[in-house]
Amino acid sequence: MEPVGRITGIAVPFHRPNVDTDQIIPGRYIMKPRRFDYSTVLFHDLRFGSGAEAAFPLDQPRYHGAKVMITAENFACGSAREQAVYALQDWGIRAVVGPSFGGIFYVNGIKNGLLLAQVTPRFAAALCAALEDAPGATVDVDLPSQQVSGPGGLRAPFTIGPGDKAQLLSGKDDITRTLEHEVAILGHEASAAERCTWRRPEGFESQLRARRPFPIQPR
Amino acid sequence: MSTAQTIVDKIWNPHRILGNEAGDTLLAVDLHYLNETSFICFQELERLGRTVRRPGQTFLAMDHTVPTRDRAAGIPDAENREALVYMDGIARATGLLYVGLQDPRQGIGHIVASELGLTLPGILIAGDDSHTTTNGAMGALSLGIGLSEVTHVLATQTLWQAPYRSMRARLTGRMGVGVDAKDLVLALIGRIGAGGAIGHVLEFDGDCVAEMSMSQRMTLCNMAVEAGARAAIIAPDEVTFRYLKGRPCAPQGEDWDRAVAGWRVLATDPGARFDREVELDAAQVAPTVTWGTSPQDALAVDSVVPDPYSAATAPERQRMQAALQYMDLTPGMRIADVTVDQVFIGSCTNGRLEDLRRAAEVAKHGKARVPAVVTPGSSEIKRQAEAEGLHDIFLAAGFEWRDPGCSMCLGMNGDLVASSLRCASTTNRNFMGRQGKGARTHLMSPAMAAAAALTGRITDVREWLRAAAAAPNEEKP
Ligand code: SF4
Repeated sequence: MEPVGRITGIAVPFHRPNVDTDQIIPGRYIMKPRRFDYSTVLFHDLRFGSGAEAAFPLDQPRYHGAKVMITAENFACGSAREQAVYALQDWGIRAVVGPSFGGIFYVNGIKNGLLLAQVTPRFAAALCAALEDAPGATVDVDLPSQQVSGPGGLRAPFTIGPGDKAQLLSGKDDITRTLEHEVAILGHEASAAERCTWRRPEGFESQLRARRPFPIQPR
Repeated sequence: MSTAQTIVDKIWNPHRILGNEAGDTLLAVDLHYLNETSFICFQELERLGRTVRRPGQTFLAMDHTVPTRDRAAGIPDAENREALVYMDGIARATGLLYVGLQDPRQGIGHIVASELGLTLPGILIAGDDSHTTTNGAMGALSLGIGLSEVTHVLATQTLWQAPYRSMRARLTGRMGVGVDAKDLVLALIGRIGAGGAIGHVLEFDGDCVAEMSMSQRMTLCNMAVEAGARAAIIAPDEVTFRYLKGRPCAPQGEDWDRAVAGWRVLATDPGARFDREVELDAAQVAPTVTWGTSPQDALAVDSVVPDPYSAATAPERQRMQAALQYMDLTPGMRIADVTVDQVFIGSCTNGRLEDLRRAAEVAKHGKARVPAVVTPGSSEIKRQAEAEGLHDIFLAAGFEWRDPGCSMCLGMNGDLVASSLRCASTTNRNFMGRQGKGARTHLMSPAMAAAAALTGRITDVREWLRAAAAAPNEEKP
């Protein structure tokens, strides 16, 4: 993963509370491999076909090439689907600024190098208003100093978990980072097994191991 | 400083391997739950040149994309079929714990894991599905995670967690007739909001929870994620022990006795502090339905659709306006006057035997006026329901009786609600497009959904039950 430090780019205001990941990417598109271009299904039902919104923010020319998105409370709540992060990233978004994020989405985002900056609801609202007035303006999200700045001299600190910050800055792969602690993990596994006063029934695993062939046919 | 601990502290601490300078904790994962949509993680694992560290602690259930009828005819969707075949191969090659499509125990993973006795008090579970919170009903710390974390758990059997905040929802009093755990939890989410529990592990307690069955507790914990909770938990008690005893993967004999002794002391200590507390009097809760496109859009069935101008903020007002437009409703209309086009009963929220019994209790009094589908949560539930004759009741009332799976909860298998149609659903998410593009979802309890099927509109099941009791053979109250 590439290290993430400072993101500067056109910002798209998306000031809607409780946007769920089903809106960001409908469930029928999540069985695609990672190499699929998920940007083609980002906010699919809000952007394409009948029921699509006229002038959906992401499709307005003035936000073309945006790298930053400003949102309202509880952005990307709901389903665990990490493809919501892929879709935003494939579309070009590198940082999302908002008052709060769905818990699983937040972790998914950080793991994929998406900078998630938490600001006050008031600042998010002010930033969105400023961007509406100055369409196509850029916003700067600086991770080392934890500052967001936008048009009209708007500027505020943002919060991010210290571990999340370190991970974004280092760009280090998570598994490698964890397995540096292999000795501690093995030690914990051994001592946990020793502490546990009970066992599951003998051979319970074998009842749950695949035996039968799997005759799945195309219809 | 007080040493009183919450149940979450008591599970978290012994699972803690180490912490880093940033304050995050590396936790040991006892069980890792997967479904066929996890396939990307195995491809990623291969790309990284890693292997599954503990196959015997990894449980795969096929549920999200499986057909709920004509299974022998195969899987119509090519992407779903490929994933199912690929994951079946993985399960065999890697030796995962596995309940596949052809398995006589097949069903929705969260439900199957509890039926098998895999989920136990005091253990730490991570699952590739946000509703992994369901397993907290048995006193496990059960966290829903995303694909990157799944890949990490596969390779390391550990999970990094930021510090959690603790929250308690105390449910007191008795639920009224026709009121179910679903109504309580919808009312709670309506109160605290879809983001009301973000970053928190939510413990349910109180005399109302103590009296609940395991199935009802699972409904509570399942829906906790709809308030943003990272996990939900209920301290194990006699209800838990009775539920778990004798299950195939639960300890037996002396192991069982020692395990129970350990589980009894897991409960939150008196005086333990919570970062946030809420209380709900069950006696005050009416059957509850959603009107909008967020689970927080919950209201009592005998009330009216709210006015967006009652919203506290401008974005919330706009969200409500968009929701009303999507749902084709107007402020001030009685929610009980809204007609529905179809009904879905099932999912990990409300697809258990008790849920089907409550629905059948209503369905036996009439005939469905709109298409209604019942999908049991697991094969075991389907067998038990059939042994009790519930399927006969549903079939006689004109409901469809299907095979287990996630089905119309998210429509990945093709069980969809058509655009602009309105579905009374026992599932957990009324998000735009969740049940199909343009589909309009009203969340409610199984009994309420069954009543909606019989009348073709959102119906106060209390009135229906009263009328049915007075005139058992009448079709309409
Ligand atoms: S029934 Fe719905 S919520 Fe439950 S696991 Fe399946 S898709 Fe997820």
